[in-house]
Amino acid sequence: MLSWTKRKFLTAAAVAIPLALGSFGAIGEAAAEKVLRVIPHADLKNLDPIWTTAYISRNHGYLIYDTLFAMDENFKPQPQMVDTWTKSDDGLTWTFKLRDGLKWHDGPDVTAEDCIASLQRWGKRDGMGQALFEVIESLTAPDAKTIVMKLSQPYGLVLESIGKISSNVPFMMPKRMAETDPFKQIEEHIGSGPFMFSKKDWVPGSKVVYLKNPNYVPRSEPPSAAAGGKVAKVDRVEWTYFPDQTTAMNALISGEVDYFESPANDLMPILSANQDITVEINDPLGNIGFARFNHLLPPFDNAKVRRAAIMAMKQEDYLAGAVGDQQFWKTCYSVFPCGTPLDNDVGSDVMKTGDIEKAKAALADSGYDGTPVVIMQPTDVPVLSAFSLITAEKLRKIGMKVDVQAMDWSTLTSRRAKREPVSEGGWNMFHTWWIGADVIDPMAIAFSGNPAKGWFGWPEDAELEKARTAFAAATTVEEKKELGMKVQERLWAIGASGQLGQFFTPVAYRNNVKGLIKSPVQFFWNMSVE
Amino acid sequence: MLGYVIRRVLATIPVMVIVAAFVFLMLRLSPGDPASVIAGDYATAEDIARIREQLGLNEPILVQFTKWIAGLAQGDLGTSIFTNLPVTTLIAQRIEPTIMLTLTTIIFTVLVAVPLGTIAAWKAGSWIDRAVMVFSVAGFSVPVFVLGYILIYVISIQLQWLPVQGYRSMFEHGVGPFLRHIIMPTVTLSVIFIALIARMTRASVMEVLQEDYVRTARAKGQSEMKVLLSHALRNAAVPIVTVIGIGIALLIGGVVVTESVYNIPGLGRLVLDAVLARDYPIIQGLILFFSFIYILINLVIDLSYTLFDPRIRY
Repeated sequence: MLSWTKRKFLTAAAVAIPLALGSFGAIGEAAAEKVLRVIPHADLKNLDPIWTTAYISRNHGYLIYDTLFAMDENFKPQPQMVDTWTKSDDGLTWTFKLRDGLKWHDGPDVTAEDCIASLQRWGKRDGMGQALFEVIESLTAPDAKTIVMKLSQPYGLVLESIGKISSNVPFMMPKRMAETDPFKQIEEHIGSGPFMFSKKDWVPGSKVVYLKNPNYVPRSEPPSAAAGGKVAKVDRVEWTYFPDQTTAMNALISGEVDYFESPANDLMPILSANQDITVEINDPLGNIGFARFNHLLPPFDNAKVRRAAIMAMKQEDYLAGAVGDQQFWKTCYSVFPCGTPLDNDVGSDVMKTGDIEKAKAALADSGYDGTPVVIMQPTDVPVLSAFSLITAEKLRKIGMKVDVQAMDWSTLTSRRAKREPVSEGGWNMFHTWWIGADVIDPMAIAFSGNPAKGWFGWPEDAELEKARTAFAAATTVEEKKELGMKVQERLWAIGASGQLGQFFTPVAYRNNVKGLIKSPVQFFWNMSVE
Repeated sequence: MLGYVIRRVLATIPVMVIVAAFVFLMLRLSPGDPASVIAGDYATAEDIARIREQLGLNEPILVQFTKWIAGLAQGDLGTSIFTNLPVTTLIAQRIEPTIMLTLTTIIFTVLVAVPLGTIAAWKAGSWIDRAVMVFSVAGFSVPVFVLGYILIYVISIQLQWLPVQGYRSMFEHGVGPFLRHIIMPTVTLSVIFIALIARMTRASVMEVLQEDYVRTARAKGQSEMKVLLSHALRNAAVPIVTVIGIGIALLIGGVVVTESVYNIPGLGRLVLDAVLARDYPIIQGLILFFSFIYILINLVIDLSYTLFDPRIRY
């Protein structure tokens, strides 16, 4: 009798507790509107996509702002806010007409003056913007819908610059916002894009809410990467940041969220096995692993030592060790991502070597004097931490002395800016990755050969810089391809960096989510929840 | 008593100043800086230098410290470098989940641990006592995140009784959603404190049960329940209350793992994110805030002793 009673009680409790809590839970949680619940790849700490290059701020920017031009899936700039445009025969005067129906979220029409101010602010922070503004003689607005750009010399990357797909994206803002010092954050968040930022719902470190912009007039073309019609198919996009990947996965499995932007590769077997969830690679370019040398300090101030180190690096070892499952990586020996217009094979034999014995011989021939190599290992970024350890092992095998120094990523980003000797806080090597879209052409700062303006590691090569400058001025596809090959040849010749292959971070989403756009950048228009 | 309280409150001022100076210096002397995080991967060293200048990080440390202290004196904890929001706003956004999780944990812990410890002491050497001690050792030994993941897997994924993650405010969403979201984090976080307080209670009550006045009470024919509650537990209360108080203080600043596992937007996660990004104003503001709470809770504990032991006077 007693056991029967106990069983009955437990059964009743098992049914009653969830029912009771479930019914309480229904209060105030019912939602008639269509909501896309997203786990973004990072916490949105900053709302100004010009002030910061953080990808999460860029993705935020794409939701609420619009661009004059936008890159399509073939990496060609297409008009977005612009309706028609013309280029003078001498290539010096560009005239852009804004399309009808463009309005800021707070009501007024978008004007050419707004766009000019936005371009100017962007041009003070972004590398491609700075290069473009070096040849811009004037930017004027003869009427509210017309922008006239006059150049001092022909420039081959006008549309590629103002239609660049990744950070810093030249987003258009109202003039009053765009007049903010580019080194200070904007105070308002008014755009003209397909969604509006809900500031009252923003909890930094946790939640961001975007509401459908009812006044947005999308283009009529189908979406193609950042180009085409941006149709908001949900009323609300909610980003909830999860610091813990396992919890994020569990939330997706239980249906508490719809879309997981960047699940860790080690969760893939569980997610792939779930019938309610789709796992796929949405970014066709993925990420490109980089082993960066400090060209200013010994032993990597010697190109022969750098090339010997590169010869020891076998991409398969890095990708298998750091990324794992082979469906999420592939080798790529072009400095420009494989599958993009400038992808080529010139000069890459050094990277293809992957042979310890050959690298050992090359090192012996380089005059390496036993100077220890300080590798900065960011232990809080698993892929980069693994890259660091693999490099350390390879360099030791070819006879180099290696000192692996563990630190967090923040410390690394601070220390890599130091040009001083190792004894004064300098460094010899670090690893990182670039998203493919950021290294699609020679203008990427990763490929700079000018130590005064270049990226950490500071290679110096006049021929490389000459080829990059010529690329910027080139106006035909053939010229650009040829100069792309020249840039690549120089990069491998000087051993600027080791290239560790192309790897992909898939997205995971519940099967009721439709309309994903294949692109190196995560977009939320065209996505629906059925 | 009032004089004692005033003296204790005044004594917090130099403590807070020392904490402020220590935290400020520690952050400035540790490697990494927010400018390089803001500048991102595309930046040149010159970009980083410009951002440092804009943030005022190039100024002498003493100048930076003086500015910060001047702000503090006016109740301004500073502005987050990354979010551009006042630190007080960020704390206000995050304090409710942490306080509610702390309160539910402490309530649940006391409701479970004190009776368990008392019964274990009363039945010392019995199977109940041994079971409580086994639970206590296990409670100490199981990491919070392991227990959290097990509960999520069983309760949320398999049984689908409760949500995996998140927090719902009782004031905004109602009691039901609040309870649904707080139950598992509370249980997860409570286990280690139940283990601690049950052991503490058992030891204190066992000691008191040896006292002459307990023997006298029993000899006078008082019921065991009355002996336990009126004589033993009350006299054992001072160390128990001390541990509970320390537990509250530890919880407010130390729930970061539970908050991460259950994706609760509380203060623990705020400080962790700020440390990783080197958002100095948030770290400084939060450490000061935690220090203040710690001091306040210690004061309340000290004052509460008078309730349990009339011999204590301030």
